[in-house]
Amino acid sequence: MTCTEFIAMLDDLIDGSIAAETRSEIEEHLRGCEHCVVTLNTTRKTIEIYRSHTLYELPNGLRERLHKAIMERCKRGC
Amino acid sequence: MATIQPIAENERHPDVALVDRARSGDVSAYDQLVRKYDRQIFRIAQHITQNREDAEDVMQDAFLKAYEKLDQFQGNSKFYTWLVRIAVNESLMRLRRRRTGKMVSIDEDVETEEGSVPRDLADWAPDPEQNYTTSELNRILRKTIQGLPQGFRVVFVLRDVEGLSTEETAETLGLSIPAVKSRLLRARLQLRERLSRYFKRKKVGEK
Ligand SMILES: [Zn+2]
Repeated sequence: MTCTEFIAMLDDLIDGSIAAETRSEIEEHLRGCEHCVVTLNTTRKTIEIYRSHTLYELPNGLRERLHKAIMERCKRGC
Repeated sequence: MATIQPIAENERHPDVALVDRARSGDVSAYDQLVRKYDRQIFRIAQHITQNREDAEDVMQDAFLKAYEKLDQFQGNSKFYTWLVRIAVNESLMRLRRRRTGKMVSIDEDVETEEGSVPRDLADWAPDPEQNYTTSELNRILRKTIQGLPQGFRVVFVLRDVEGLSTEETAETLGLSIPAVKSRLLRARLQLRERLSRYFKRKKVGEK
């Protein structure tokens, strides 16, 4: 397996949708390629960081205000 | 005493019952749906429009439009996915209005070449986010994701941040599944590369 072939499978690998027979080829590539190990780990970390940090919070005051505006119009039939 | 529900009833997504009630005029059922998803819709809208006021407007308009169109909602997709599609379209419309004359679509700025092997690869420090305060980190993360082309950003947000499946993301954006996959890979690799500037420890092989 080349690094390009590895990258093409990166998403499936991260998302856990890799066929068992491909998995052993991937593991073999990773044993000999630090470059792809780093790519895999840091890409996983990238996703995890974005998933665990809410970048755009909806503050409670604003939430209530918007909510009230929406529901008032729904009650009037929009 | 526990009552035994028919299996079909248990398998229905709880939103379906709320949608049914809202359709028959029960506004409080719709109220529950709004509360359930307003934060996600606001986030998605702000990721796309990159503007707080636009996100507020999009959130209101999306929920109102969804309410008006409840009769058109088909039970074969999830209510949430259907709602997200409305919010994405509203967000793109806002952007279009803001950048008058310039067409904005999720196809913008997207090259179709496959993800390439990263150059200049540096490993990251363990728990690299701990070198920054929360507000510094949020600023870095916002700046980095804002730099992605629109068509990559929206796929990454729906798929990786909001947790939609590949199929749901494709359906929501009107893209093919291969297109979603190719954009997701490129989005992930570009974000990774851009974050490396802040999180890297040393070049691989350097002592
Ligand atoms: Zn490799």
